[in-house]
Amino acid sequence: MSLSAYVPIIALFALAAAFALFSVGVSQIVGPKRYNRAKLEAYECGIEPSPQPVGGGRFPIKFYLTAMLFIIFDIEIIFLYPWAVTFDALGLFGFVEMILFITTVFIAYAYVWRRGGLEWD
Amino acid sequence: MNDLKLPAIDYAALAPMLILFGVACLGVLVEAAVPRARRGLVQVPLGLLGLVAALVFVIAEAGTRKRTAGEAIAIDGPALFLQGAIIVLGVVALLLIAERSLEPGGPFVAQPARPVGSEADRSQAAGEGGATEAYPLVMFALAGMLLFVAANDLLTMFVALEVFSLPLYLLCALARRRRLLSQEAALKYFLLGAYASAFFLFGIALIYGYAGAITFSRIHQAVTAGTGSGVLLFAGLALLAIGLLFKAAAAPFHVWTPDVYQGAPTPITSLMAACTKTAAFGALLRVLYVGFPGATWDFRPIIGVIAILTMLVGAVLAVTQTDMKRLLAYSSIANAGYLLVGVLAMTPEGVSSTLFYLVAYGFTVIAAFAVVTLVRDADGEATHLSRWAGLGRRSPLFAGVFTFLLLAFAGIPLTSGFTSKFAVFGAAFGGGQVWLVVAGVVTSMLLAFPYLRVVVMMWLSEPGESTPSVSVPGAFTSAALVIGVLVTLLLGVLPGPLLDLTTRAGDFVR
Repeated sequence: MSLSAYVPIIALFALAAAFALFSVGVSQIVGPKRYNRAKLEAYECGIEPSPQPVGGGRFPIKFYLTAMLFIIFDIEIIFLYPWAVTFDALGLFGFVEMILFITTVFIAYAYVWRRGGLEWD
Repeated sequence: MNDLKLPAIDYAALAPMLILFGVACLGVLVEAAVPRARRGLVQVPLGLLGLVAALVFVIAEAGTRKRTAGEAIAIDGPALFLQGAIIVLGVVALLLIAERSLEPGGPFVAQPARPVGSEADRSQAAGEGGATEAYPLVMFALAGMLLFVAANDLLTMFVALEVFSLPLYLLCALARRRRLLSQEAALKYFLLGAYASAFFLFGIALIYGYAGAITFSRIHQAVTAGTGSGVLLFAGLALLAIGLLFKAAAAPFHVWTPDVYQGAPTPITSLMAACTKTAAFGALLRVLYVGFPGATWDFRPIIGVIAILTMLVGAVLAVTQTDMKRLLAYSSIANAGYLLVGVLAMTPEGVSSTLFYLVAYGFTVIAAFAVVTLVRDADGEATHLSRWAGLGRRSPLFAGVFTFLLLAFAGIPLTSGFTSKFAVFGAAFGGGQVWLVVAGVVTSMLLAFPYLRVVVMMWLSEPGESTPSVSVPGAFTSAALVIGVLVTLLLGVLPGPLLDLTTRAGDFVR
């Protein structure tokens, strides 16, 4: 098997690594440095990292709810893109299937919405 | 662009699954739109209607032998029989789930997210209506099981496995009483189940590496041709088997069973013991009989040892249990061993006897858990064995019914336990597996001891201060109990019709 098929992938890896290093480096040099309290806190999703509440405590899950809803719609988009590209070939069958798929996602969304999953407080 | 080939889909054959998925989605909409107090009133008829409609379509398809949806689904005798069995057992379990007269608010907690022991939790224990999300979750689980037993390739089977597992994990956590135990059960089941799924998935990858395909017919061709690496085949088959035997609760993959059966709400436990077991063994049958019969001589000794180990572990540890639900859990493990004996016959009789056993055991176990829901005191169900002492004097009717069910588990003649054990042992004997039959008979005698101990305790002890009363069952529990007991008796006295049906249904399509 020829390894040349992997060259674009390696190039992509190199590009990604270079971009990450470049962004971090450049922001160190040109970025403004205005510290405030929030920036110094440890990154934790919805949890106050310190002081630790007694017995582990309860923490709000609204961040998780939002993130999970985002993932559902994210996945939906991932399916919509290839379907949109091959729409002509898939025809009516593909259209009906996609309507069914969107309907099921919408049912979950309706449940979350009606039961207060989208309210922040 | 227009050369796309769409697979032919036989919608009538898929109808039972589509109906149950549709009903589950409708149930979610009901949860979203209907006011809280009336949700239960809508969900129960909706679920029952959906199950009946699905059963009608299963019966209408009787005799069909075909593969559809691009060979992803096989509709044949065993698939239709197992789907019918899962639906009927699901109806009986749903009756237990719908019962609300035993406990104000039903067997489920109102707000599962409330912290245990908080002020809000104490107020909801007093009778706030239970979470009706349980009904759509049960429907999703049953729909996944129907797909699981009809899956004709490994990926469809994996998707179905996840579809029916995830709702079950959630349902385990919803018990109204002893909520910490229930949440612990759900977490254990989820973590170990995710682990088993990973094994299953890795097995699929290795089998694909071996056969270059995931449909069972192509795998069968590759196995009989004998080309390719044996390491991939055997490692893949072993990992697949671990995933399936975990769901079937076979030793040494059984450790979750007692904890989960004990912690889960009792109606859900009955659903798992009857329907999940049926689905798991249905899938195991298809994998071994359709995909890998060419490797029978390689896997039979190993799964045979697992079967013996399962029977031994179930029988020996059942003796030491002090909790009724754990006792029934170990009994369910031992029964998984007997089912494996039938599966390993690797003959048509092996298939039909396993199908018969699944139905017979399912009805008996649901009825047994129905009795467990009735024996209660102020703190909910009194499941400790010592509390059952003297129950025969306090309530002869229910102690009598439970004695009958225990005798069925022990395999006494005139119960379905006898005919089903006779069928699987006979099939294994016919398949030349005398060692499994000997082990099965020996462990059956061992397993009779814990059952008889409970019987003796119930009838020969004096009822004490702590002996709980037996609640009068509501209409739903009564119906489930009557159905379970009648079927247990009927299959013991008159097993002919169902045996004929299983014999006719025992032919897989490849």
